Amino acid sequence: MAGHVPYDARANEGPPQCLLRGYLLWLWKIGCRHGVSQMEARSLDRPMSAQGQAVSGKLDGQELDGQRGDGKALVRFKDVQKSYDGETLVVKRLSLDIRQGEFLTLLGPSGSGKTTTLMMLAGFETPTHGEIELNGSSITHMPPEKRNIGMVFQNYALFPHMTVAENLSFPLEVRKYNKAEIQARIRKSLEMVRLDAFANRRPGQLSGGQQQRVALARALVFEPELVLMDEPLGALDKQLREHMQIEIRHLHQSLGITVVYVTHDQSEALTMSDRIAVFNDGIIHQLASPSELYERPSNAFVAQFIGENNRLHGKVAQLNGQGCTVELSAGFNVQALPVNVDGQGSPVTLSLRPERLKLDPQDGTMPNLFNGEVVELIYLGDHTRVRVAACGADDLIVKVPNSEGVPAYQPGQPVRIGWRLEDCRALAS
Amino acid sequence: MPLKVALKRAERSRNLRALALIAPLFLFIVLTFAAPIGMLLFRAVYDPDLGRNLPATTEAIQSWNGEGLPDETVYAALAADLKAAQENKTAGQIGKRLNYEMSGTRSKILATARMVAKLESGPYKEAFIKQDQRIWGQPDVWHILKRETKPFTGYYLLASLDHQFDGNGNIVKTSPDQAIFIDIFIRTLWIAFLVTIFTLLLGYPIAYLLASLPTSTSNLLMILVLVPFWTSLLVRTTAWVVLLQTNGVINDALIWLGILHDRIQLIFNRGGTVLAMTHIQLPFTILPIYSVMKTISPSYMRAARSLGGGPFYSFWRIYFPQTVPGIGAGCLLTFILSLGYYITPALVGGPADQMISYFVALYTNTELNWGMASALGGLLLAMTLILYVVYNRLVGIDKVKLG
Ligand SMILES: Nc1ncnc2c1ncn2[C@@H]1O[C@H](COP(=O)(O)OP(=O)(O)OP(=O)(O)O)[C@@H](O)[C@H]1O
Ligand SMILES: [Mg+2]
Repeated sequence: MAGHVPYDARANEGPPQCLLRGYLLWLWKIGCRHGVSQMEARSLDRPMSAQGQAVSGKLDGQELDGQRGDGKALVRFKDVQKSYDGETLVVKRLSLDIRQGEFLTLLGPSGSGKTTTLMMLAGFETPTHGEIELNGSSITHMPPEKRNIGMVFQNYALFPHMTVAENLSFPLEVRKYNKAEIQARIRKSLEMVRLDAFANRRPGQLSGGQQQRVALARALVFEPELVLMDEPLGALDKQLREHMQIEIRHLHQSLGITVVYVTHDQSEALTMSDRIAVFNDGIIHQLASPSELYERPSNAFVAQFIGENNRLHGKVAQLNGQGCTVELSAGFNVQALPVNVDGQGSPVTLSLRPERLKLDPQDGTMPNLFNGEVVELIYLGDHTRVRVAACGADDLIVKVPNSEGVPAYQPGQPVRIGWRLEDCRALAS
Repeated sequence: MPLKVALKRAERSRNLRALALIAPLFLFIVLTFAAPIGMLLFRAVYDPDLGRNLPATTEAIQSWNGEGLPDETVYAALAADLKAAQENKTAGQIGKRLNYEMSGTRSKILATARMVAKLESGPYKEAFIKQDQRIWGQPDVWHILKRETKPFTGYYLLASLDHQFDGNGNIVKTSPDQAIFIDIFIRTLWIAFLVTIFTLLLGYPIAYLLASLPTSTSNLLMILVLVPFWTSLLVRTTAWVVLLQTNGVINDALIWLGILHDRIQLIFNRGGTVLAMTHIQLPFTILPIYSVMKTISPSYMRAARSLGGGPFYSFWRIYFPQTVPGIGAGCLLTFILSLGYYITPALVGGPADQMISYFVALYTNTELNWGMASALGGLLLAMTLILYVVYNRLVGIDKVKLG
């Protein structure tokens, strides 16, 4: 689970007062949206929590500059369905608004329909049901070349028989720009991706990262409003990938374009996106900002898919106001935050982030406190992962920062494990 | 030093093993392919038979300066040779060889040999001229004898290019009524070219379809493409005869449908030849193109269209150029194979559609003129190699892909 590491690293760096402020804001927000449906809450879900601010400062910046993108929808999927074989739906009832200027990521496991969704938007697949609108008019049956949507393919799809400059001039020639303008635009685009020296090379003579940048330049050179990227960094090594993530992010910000980005790498999604749509089985399970998604997954799949997660199974014993009591299969009673529960007696999965579990907390600070035993220790530099057996489970992972004053644990040592009600989310299972 | 020795020893055993592995194939190719072809090609310029059959003449004629008629010694030498030939029954061979260059000479040689066998003594010159003034009283035959009794000859190669030596040893054009081979070479190239173009025009769309269909369907189609490979060339050609002949299936069908009133000639002409050859060559053009297309990712076309290119424009600018190596391979294959066609033109073509191989076969099987057969075969080989070199210059052979 390399994916969540950058995220947690930052979370651990966050100063305490920041955490506190975030926590208060978050409590306030929970109160506000109590009973508000997920779809309506969407416009609220700008990053606000401590985690959110820790995720990236640039998100804050964007919030300040006038709620960019909240205005109108650039793309609208209306009840879109897609089936390839006439039997199974690869995309089931997709309704999605993509805002002008936002960086939206489609995140999901393999085969969940992300590429299919992107292909329908690009025009290479036709929905079997529903409409897709671009700028308010339907493009459901418009051929791809008329849509003016830039696209970056996973394998780059640079034309191998053309030089870099010829690759870039293709969309401009099609649009009948004159020679001088084509030259000027090619130069500008190549400067933008810092490849001016490579104009006369063939794609085969470029490294993976350079090819990637050419593909990016080619998708942007004709100044489309909307750019689609299907796992554009999948073929790069980790370091280059992280570098390119930042470059793409910067391009997005400086050009003011709308980006729809597909990935199955959650850390990539978390670092880059304004909003993330989590796909599984052709359904969007949650559409929210990265922090919202991490902090407040609205169902078991999202909780499981984004970041690391401890799970406990039980059923709702009692619902009261803002909390609920869940009776675990092993008999323990846990105070949890009901996120989507069907009512008393319904089965739920409790989702607990490892960094929210505390070992040997001060008495009275945690409504949930249980006796357990340390099973295993995994040292990871800045923190140690402690595997604890408690509450009938033997695989509760607790992240303990390796800072001063934190006691060292030994396997077999009895501990007490506790967590707050808000950090324990009860999700229908 | 010991290290070097050890290395050499280790290398040697590995080299020996490698050698042992390729030796059988190498021997096979040398014995069954390289050596016969080399010998055959050598036959185009090496023909010692005449000199061997006329040993005395070969020596005596060296002193003749080529002006006027040779003197008595040369006639006497020829007479001695012909006497021996009459006994050894090689006079026919001598006559046949001289007949290549002067038609009608064969019977005259035989008659002279019979005459000489009865002569007891000279002077032979007079006797020869008396026997046949038109051949022994003229310098022409002596020019031929002087030139062709040497073991190496340029005659066959020149004749294959419609040229010959005149009396003074200059190379001149063969008289137009006998000059046929240049025409036949051009015809061979032209038919091969037509076949290549037609297979390309017909095959390219099929290859595209094969490469873009899902595997289950494309496999079925592929079998159909390959069916011709499973039947013998002769059977396929005969099938075309059945279809195309004047009372054949196609004529019957057209008349039955009322499209035609009179039967038309579909066979024994250029059209029939090119048609049948195109059919036979189709898989050879399709397969290399197909295998190259198979490697072209569909994302290129998608990328082109997402960049704003219409379907045809994108195809032409993006897809087609990437298939050129396959086209090159397929066309080169078909063109070179077509150059050597023999059976199909022989069965489906008319007299004006016979290609160079027909004449190679004719000279080998019927005329027993190995020199001509070798010269024509050698020139065909040279032509193919030249084509290959030109293609390599223009396109680059490394650009040819078979998959
Ligand atoms: N052309 C096609 N024909 C038939 N089925 C297809 C086709 N393309 C995709 N599918 C099926 O549709 C489902 C969703 O595929 P899709 O490519 O959208 O997944 P994805 O989310 O992009 O996955 P990945 O992360 O692996 O790229 C898969 O089960 C796949 O098998
Ligand atoms: Mg995909």
